[in-house]
Amino acid sequence: MEALWVSLKLAACVAAILLAIGMPVAYWLAYSTWRGKFLLESMVALPLVLPPTVLGFYALVAMGPHGPLGRLWVALFGHGLAFTFGGLVLASVLYSFPFAVQPLIASFEGVDRRLLDASAVLGAGALRTFWRVILPLSLPGVVTAAVLSFAHTLGEFGVVLMVGGNLAGITRTVSIDIYDHVQSLEYGAANRTALVLLAISFAVLSFVYAVNRRVWTPWTAK
Amino acid sequence: MLAAQVRKERHSAGAASFLLDVSIEVPPGITILFGASGAGKSTLLDCVAGLTQPDQGRITICNDVLFDSVPAVHIPAQKRRIAYVFQTLALFPHLTAEENVAYGLRDLPEEGRQERVGEILNAFRVKKLRKQKPGEISGGEKQRIALARSLVTEPRVLLLDEPLTGLDTELKAAIVDDLRAWNAAKAIPILYVTHSRDEVDALGERVIALDNGRVVSAGAPMEVLDAPRRKKLAQAAGFENLLNATVLDLREADGVMRVRLGERACEIEVPLGYAAVGSRVQVAIRAGDILLATERPRGLSARNVMEGRVLSLEQRGAMVIARVDCGVTLVAHVTPGAVRALELAAGRPVWLVLKTHSCHLVD
Repeated sequence: MEALWVSLKLAACVAAILLAIGMPVAYWLAYSTWRGKFLLESMVALPLVLPPTVLGFYALVAMGPHGPLGRLWVALFGHGLAFTFGGLVLASVLYSFPFAVQPLIASFEGVDRRLLDASAVLGAGALRTFWRVILPLSLPGVVTAAVLSFAHTLGEFGVVLMVGGNLAGITRTVSIDIYDHVQSLEYGAANRTALVLLAISFAVLSFVYAVNRRVWTPWTAK
Repeated sequence: MLAAQVRKERHSAGAASFLLDVSIEVPPGITILFGASGAGKSTLLDCVAGLTQPDQGRITICNDVLFDSVPAVHIPAQKRRIAYVFQTLALFPHLTAEENVAYGLRDLPEEGRQERVGEILNAFRVKKLRKQKPGEISGGEKQRIALARSLVTEPRVLLLDEPLTGLDTELKAAIVDDLRAWNAAKAIPILYVTHSRDEVDALGERVIALDNGRVVSAGAPMEVLDAPRRKKLAQAAGFENLLNATVLDLREADGVMRVRLGERACEIEVPLGYAAVGSRVQVAIRAGDILLATERPRGLSARNVMEGRVLSLEQRGAMVIARVDCGVTLVAHVTPGAVRALELAAGRPVWLVLKTHSCHLVD
C-alpha cells in the first residue's frame, strides 16, 4: 500500500502542476494567430507517440549528474534529481503534458468568440476575460484535463522505471509494484494491486465521461 | 460625433477578397447602417469597436483618436468605451442577467454598482429577471438585457448589429421606444445596423447605405431608400419588381425617358437617367405603387397604363399579392376587398397603372 500512496501523491502533484502550466500554454495555442504555432502543437503532442522509454531516457540524461538539469538541481539543492520523487514528478509532467493541454485547448476553442469580444468591449482585459468568461465556460475541459493527467500518471510505467528506478516508499509506484510481484511469481499480490488500479482508473474515466456528457455537473449545483 | 475612415481587406479561402472602403460621420442620435448581408456592415462595426484592426484609416470620437494608420494608433477595444450589442447578443451564459449587466461596471464600488444595475434593468423593464440566466430568458427580454448591459457603462458611442432581429413588430417598437427615451438624455452617436425596412422607418433619422464595401448613399431615410440607386439595395429595401429594360428615347425637356420592359413591347415612361438610347437599364418598382383596373382607365395623370392578365393571386395577411403578365411579370399588392369588388381571378384581363416617378432606375 506504500506503493499506492506514492502513486496517488505523484498523480496529484503532476495534475496540479499540469493545470498550472497547461492553462497558459493551452490559452496561447487556442488563441494565437502565429503561423509557426503548429511546431509547438507537435511538441505538445509528442509524448502521445513516443515510447515512454525514449522520453524517460532523455529525461534521465538531462537529470543525470552531467545533464544540464541535473547540474542545476545539484547547484540549487545539493543533491541530484534522478531517482528522486522530484525527478519523477518532472518526468511525469512531461509525459502527461498532452493529456492536460489537449482537453484545455479544445474547451478554450469551444468558447464563442463573440463572448470574448463582448467582454473586451465591456472593458475587460485578457486576464479578466480569462477568469470571468473563458475559465468558467471551460470547466468540463479543466476537469477532464485534471482527471486525465491524474489517471495517466497513475498508470504510467516506462518513464517511472527509467527516471525513478524502484525505491520503496520514494519512487516505487503501483505499476512497478505489480511488475515486481509478477517477476517474483506472487500472482495473488499482483492481482490485488492490479484490481485496485483497475477500479480507480475505471472510476476516474467514468467521472470524466459523465462530466462531458453532462450526466452530472457538480459545479452548477448550488 | 463619431468619424470613421476605414479601409480593410478581407481574404477568405475560396472566395474573392472583400474590400471595405468607407468614410462615415455619425452625429449624436440614431444613424442606420443599411445594406444587404455581406455589404460590410459588421466589419465596419468591428473596426469601430476595436475588435478588428483596419488596414488603413482613422477613427475618432470628437477629437479623441481611437485608430490611425499614420501615426500608428490602435486603442484596444477594452479602452474605447464603445458599447456594442452583437447580433447574437453574446450574453454570458454562465452569469445571471444582473451579473451580465454588472460585468462592465467593475470600477464602481459594490453599492453603486447594485444601484446602477437595478436602475437600468428597471428602465428596460427586465428587473424581475435579474436572477435568471440567459438560457432561461425569452428572446425579446434577452435583447433588453443585452441593451442594458451595454448602456449601463455610459459608453461614448453605441453600436447595434441587428439587435432586434427575430422579434415581432410590436415588441420591436417597444424596445425602440425605450432606446429612444434613453438616448434623449445621453445624446450619444448610435450606429444601428439593420436590413429591415420596418426598423428604418421606426428609428431612422439618418441612413447610410452600404453595398459591397462602399457607401452608396447617405441622408434621410426617404432620400436613401425610396430612390435606391443600386440593385442590391433595391432588393433589400423591398422593391418587389426589378426589371430589365432597354432605353427607347430620351425626353430631356420633360425629364423623362421611355423604356421597353423585357423583350416584348411593353413600354413605360420613367424618370430621365444617365443612359443612352439603346442601352440596358434596370427599373425598380414597389408592388404597392401599382394600381389595378378591370377596365382601361382614362383621364389619369399617371403616364403608364399597361394591359395584362392576372397570373395568380395569393393572400398573405391583410394583403393579396397579384402577379400580372403584361409581357413581363409584375407583382402588385391589393387588398382582399379590392379583389372582391373587382372580382379578380387568375386569367382575368387587367390594366396596371403606374406613375412615372414610382419607377426607379438602379444600377
